[in-house]
Amino acid sequence: MIEFRSISKRFDDGTLAVDDFSLVIPSRRITVLVGSSGSGKTTLLRMINRMVDATTGALEIDGENVSTIEPVQLRRRIGYVMQNSGLLPHRRVIDNIATVPRLNGVPKKQAHERALELMDTVGLDRELAERYPAQLSGGQQQRVGVARGLAVDPNILLMDEPFGAVDPIVRADLQQELLRLQRELDKTVVFVTHDIDEAFLLGHQVVILEKGGRIAQKGTPAEILANPASDFVASFVGADRGKRALSIQTIDGAQVLVDGDGNLAGRLVEAGPA
Amino acid sequence: MNLFLDAFAWLADPANWVGSGSIPQRLAEHLRYTGLAVLVASLIAVPLGWWIGHTGRGRELVVGLTGAARALPSFGLLFLFVMVAGVLQREPASVVVLMLLAVPPILAGAYAGFEVIDRRIIDAARAMGMTEWQILWKVEVPLGLPLLFGGLRSGVLQVVATAVLISYIGLGGLGYDIVQGIELRRFDQMLGSAILIIALALLLDAAFALLERWAVPRGVRAGRLPEPRTAPTGRRATAESPATTEREEKN
Repeated sequence: MIEFRSISKRFDDGTLAVDDFSLVIPSRRITVLVGSSGSGKTTLLRMINRMVDATTGALEIDGENVSTIEPVQLRRRIGYVMQNSGLLPHRRVIDNIATVPRLNGVPKKQAHERALELMDTVGLDRELAERYPAQLSGGQQQRVGVARGLAVDPNILLMDEPFGAVDPIVRADLQQELLRLQRELDKTVVFVTHDIDEAFLLGHQVVILEKGGRIAQKGTPAEILANPASDFVASFVGADRGKRALSIQTIDGAQVLVDGDGNLAGRLVEAGPA
Repeated sequence: MNLFLDAFAWLADPANWVGSGSIPQRLAEHLRYTGLAVLVASLIAVPLGWWIGHTGRGRELVVGLTGAARALPSFGLLFLFVMVAGVLQREPASVVVLMLLAVPPILAGAYAGFEVIDRRIIDAARAMGMTEWQILWKVEVPLGLPLLFGGLRSGVLQVVATAVLISYIGLGGLGYDIVQGIELRRFDQMLGSAILIIALALLLDAAFALLERWAVPRGVRAGRLPEPRTAPTGRRATAESPATTEREEKN
């Protein structure tokens, strides 16, 4: 469990990026922080591994205040996956994945064996192990990034718009892969995105942020969609328009659903067992 | 043309290749001063440049220094230093002058090598839990090495060219034969040693150019080719080609 308690962050230039933010992130679930730029979502994420330190307030991981943990030690316990993967260009895929275990003193052979297993886990062909990042496609690089984040078998995985730079088809693939991984490995995932569709797809808990890290609404995707807390949320999630605003029309005695753009979305049937 | 033939004849004359004041001895002197100056300059400029590149502090220093260095009157500086330090100290004084010429390009190379690294790579390294030392040695230094060697290359050339001047204060080097040639009106000797200096400069330049290329990490070099499978092999498709083609992930 990760707990933000009245966290504020004022940067050196005086901007207040996060103002009195409190949130509980449950273990073994995917929590998505979603908001537009300037909402402080990345700042909040980076506080968890102390890439950013809060100005005031406390952040606890399983009851332990992170400010008491040495940043380097803390970061080696937490997986971090970023946009554009951030792989080391001068190291082979296998060495990239094995980076943190090697820093922790795991023997090379053992670290490499583990890296190969992780390549299987994230759906990468082992043949790619000897390649350099620049020789991989964007989707493959991102998978390497995820494998690297998992290398020390951390309880927590931080993901900062990890699929933002890949094309939509690859992104859909990687999103499904992440859901599978989370089910299998039972990690606590904190995921940052500006894409509400991605947030609803991945998040067990979705936290919609307004400027300055103010929580506009939090809950399951269903809760948010059913009862948007404000006009801001309703318009952000698109509850009142497009493919989320479905209406029923009766055609020849059958009920069909039409979305906000007038396109046919489906047919209304009896709900099966939940 | 005759002059050139005379110059090559002077270069080929075995008498100029043995004994005191011979070409090998002048060459050795020249290289010694060059090497010493570049070494001292590197000891100062490389750590400083890396520090500036790593912390991002003091960038203005690099810009200012490299700009000012172009206006440095090396000849005047040499005499000034010898006069200030005293004739007995002319050797260290001349090394200091040559070093001053080499510091700006090496500093710029060391700093720029770090500066061009994608910030996101550094950020990811830090977020993974690398210490600042580990970021320096495992990420920044290997990726910054090519530009550092580029800086060393121009520093060495600058010093090799300027080291000709130290013969004016009686320290020998390849410039000695030119200075002596002017006094004796020996044009073959002047031109011959000038050719020698040019050859030395070109040779060192080539050596550092190779070093620069060698320093580019394999993965970075590989990045310039789109995919290994598209690299021309120069031979017909063999059994190994399928192994390198179907690896593309279907995504």
